Amino acid sequence: MLKLIEQPRYSCALGAQQSVIAIKRAVPILHSGPGCGDKINRLLGQGEGYAGGNTVPCTNASESEIVFGGEQKLGNVIEGAFKVIDADLYVVLTGCTSDIIGDDIGQVTSAYQEQDRPIVYVETGGFKSNNYVSHETVVKAIIDQYVDKFKKGTDKIKGLVNVFATVPYQDPFWNGNLEEIKRILEGIGLGVNILFGAESGGINEWQSIPQAEYNVVISAWAGLGIAQHLEGKYGTPYIHFPYLPIGGEETTKFLQQVAEVTGIDRSYAESFIKKEEEKFYMHIERMADFILEFRYGLPRRFYTILDASYGVGLSKYLLNELGILPAKQFIIDDTPEEFQESIQEQFNKISSLRSAKVSFNIDAGAIQEEIRKDDHKHRALIVGSAWERDLATEIGGDLLILSVPVAYRLVLNCGYAGYNGGLRVIEDIYGKVLDTYR
Amino acid sequence: MSVINLKASEVQTREARLGSITGFAGTAGELVGCARAGTLKESERSFSQCMGCSSGNAFCQFSMIQDAIVVNHAPVGCAGDFFTFNFVYRVGQMERDLSPVIGRYFSTNIEEQDTIFGATQKLVDTIRKAYERVRPNAIFITTSCASGIIGDDVEGVANDLSEELRIPVIACFCEGFKSKIWTTGFDAAYHSIVRKLVKPPEKKSNKVNVINFWGSKIFDELLNPLGYEVDYIVPFSTVAQLERISEAAATIQICSTLGTYIGAALEQVYGVPEIKSPPAYGIEGTDRWMREIGRVLNRQGEIEEVIAKEHERVLPKLEEYRNKLQGKTAYLTAGAAHGHALIALLQELGMTVQGAAIFHHDPIYDNGDVVSDALAHAVNTYGDVPNYNVCNKQAYELVNILNKVRPDIMIARHGGMTMWGAKLGIPTLLIGDEQLSFGYQGVLNYAERILESLDNKEFVINLAKHSTMPYTKWWLEQDPFSFLRSDLDVKTY
Repeated sequence: MLKLIEQPRYSCALGAQQSVIAIKRAVPILHSGPGCGDKINRLLGQGEGYAGGNTVPCTNASESEIVFGGEQKLGNVIEGAFKVIDADLYVVLTGCTSDIIGDDIGQVTSAYQEQDRPIVYVETGGFKSNNYVSHETVVKAIIDQYVDKFKKGTDKIKGLVNVFATVPYQDPFWNGNLEEIKRILEGIGLGVNILFGAESGGINEWQSIPQAEYNVVISAWAGLGIAQHLEGKYGTPYIHFPYLPIGGEETTKFLQQVAEVTGIDRSYAESFIKKEEEKFYMHIERMADFILEFRYGLPRRFYTILDASYGVGLSKYLLNELGILPAKQFIIDDTPEEFQESIQEQFNKISSLRSAKVSFNIDAGAIQEEIRKDDHKHRALIVGSAWERDLATEIGGDLLILSVPVAYRLVLNCGYAGYNGGLRVIEDIYGKVLDTYR
Repeated sequence: MSVINLKASEVQTREARLGSITGFAGTAGELVGCARAGTLKESERSFSQCMGCSSGNAFCQFSMIQDAIVVNHAPVGCAGDFFTFNFVYRVGQMERDLSPVIGRYFSTNIEEQDTIFGATQKLVDTIRKAYERVRPNAIFITTSCASGIIGDDVEGVANDLSEELRIPVIACFCEGFKSKIWTTGFDAAYHSIVRKLVKPPEKKSNKVNVINFWGSKIFDELLNPLGYEVDYIVPFSTVAQLERISEAAATIQICSTLGTYIGAALEQVYGVPEIKSPPAYGIEGTDRWMREIGRVLNRQGEIEEVIAKEHERVLPKLEEYRNKLQGKTAYLTAGAAHGHALIALLQELGMTVQGAAIFHHDPIYDNGDVVSDALAHAVNTYGDVPNYNVCNKQAYELVNILNKVRPDIMIARHGGMTMWGAKLGIPTLLIGDEQLSFGYQGVLNYAERILESLDNKEFVINLAKHSTMPYTKWWLEQDPFSFLRSDLDVKTY
């Protein structure tokens, strides 16, 4: 089957090195060819962070390791990493070279695990999967090989939840999104292990994963396996919200679902939700006249070229809260077949009044051809990646870059999740639209 | 001298062809001495950090040919640099008044079952589909660790599809694991271009090939008045243009690390003379380079006039800069030949080069001529450089050294290194456009940028105050070369 990709928007299995980098004071150790880390960082990085990019230890496999095996070299680099890099957690990740020739990295790494060193190993040879899938594999490995050993206990802490919401760096807004998700979950009265990024508590937080009462998965499919794994391992039930909640409607729906299942104080939760909604809709109301009256042209149709979690979340938001109608939507995350139907279903009932067409395709070159062929009567909004720049110009549309490669944006803590994220979407879309006028 | 063998589908690595190395600690003079005595010996690091790989360097040359496309025969992660070079391509289009287009690059997306059953069919299908979609004038295939280890017959596919599609479909072998020196990727790209695209000359043209990246077009100003046109290759060229580079009057390289192979190949195979003097950095170096141009193009008289005029214009200004920069200290990290050029340049400006971390070392280039050794030139003209470290982007060594040396300024040529100067509160300068510091005007441009950076301390002072350091205290106190094994065996004469 033809699976070529023009304009790639995700990385290979080894791309999960970015998930490790997103954990405070954690460092990946690559047992891979020499250019892998750099290439991943080019697509998924924007800044090295604490110890990403050029700081990542790597065996830089050469011909002799391919012929004679690279286990000894890996041992040396691990030893060196312990001495040179000041980190709380080391995660050995393999590349294509090691996985094809069959190095036994488990044997190399377990020697250090036996000395109680904070080290984990995972086979992430690039060809094995993509980074949406291997994000799960890596998190599960950290849970099995590190958390389980260093856990603070298994007694559940009342009101504590673990959140598995985005694939760090693959979602360029992961940090901001996680900050907002943590803010709103704490807002309704929960304790939150957010696990990645600026608002997280580093490995201390990871050590309390088994003590959470619930796992909260906010994702169409990537990350769901982590929650299922934790259910089996620690008997922690999970709550699944199958897309990114953006704006008033969906964020409230999300919080109410969490509040309902976790059984927290409903009136406390509802008062937070009410306050947030009031704030959110005050802004919406304030700018509704702009959307209704601006006579020089605003986007009236939208295309999304996004992963499933963003695609569903954003489509719902653009239609229901901003009145932009869906053209066709494209999901580019190589969604496993078993999840495609439920995602399709989300688009079928995108609002109470209509459904939207969606297709799954990893080859965005083909997607662009399809969009180009459409009849572009109305000003359109494309929500996609930096690859869409010329396409947007050609069809006379506006472009919001939300997927990697972001290239034309610099992202720090901007996020699109939640109430605040919804407002940010509006600012970013209409700011760009207004900026097109002379 | 390496013998260019266009019959072989693969170019030999730099290690094998030129005896190039990636590990050395000593002085620049000692390194040059070893290289001349033939006693250069590779040193291994027992601890290492992510390097670059050949495939990225090959791709950077193909990705900006205006009417060609690239198929990367690899898992999708290897395509992580597609957009980076597309971005560079588009910036260059702006500078060259070309209309905006995106680079057309395809990944064959090698997956697990392909590593068992082979992925040649996937490659064939991808090339056909890509051809249908773009209708390019040539297709370049870049290989990967995965395609190399599973042993796909990429050359066979390329040949078959060349026939089928009636355009050159060209395999470029640039597997990352094959070479520790990622600039082998340049050689691989040029090998495939000279081997499969360039046609034998039908006539001599008045063109001069300039082997460069995507820097500014500074050579027109010099060569047009001499009656020559400049062909900037490979980025921004066309397939038709590349087919004819064998007809040029000469080949100039802006950096021998980049152009060593293609310069020698065009000379050996098609008799296009290569300008062998090191690229024109610093006054002395530029004089020498200019005279070589005059000699090869038979324009000695005109060149002497230019030299005299430029001296008159530049030298007084240079003196002003020298007075301001006298005694300032610098530490440098860069790729090989360009690093050597920058060493000369910094010394020309009266600065003290306290050391350098240079990505690799080629003891000799493909033309086999020691005249091209820019480091020897720098050492002989301006004096030795201590703390000369051959180090393929090993940031841990760099941090350790910077922390001890504490120069007034750190100069970096490539991304990923600047942060370590800045985090230590050292003003740090990265110049992307290698042409900026080329020639007489280049010396002045460079001086100005250095003065500006030296003056701009607020940012680094503040950054240093609030930065974390991922390196352990223990490490910062060690000898920076603690992990460099067998360096003691390197003899000097």
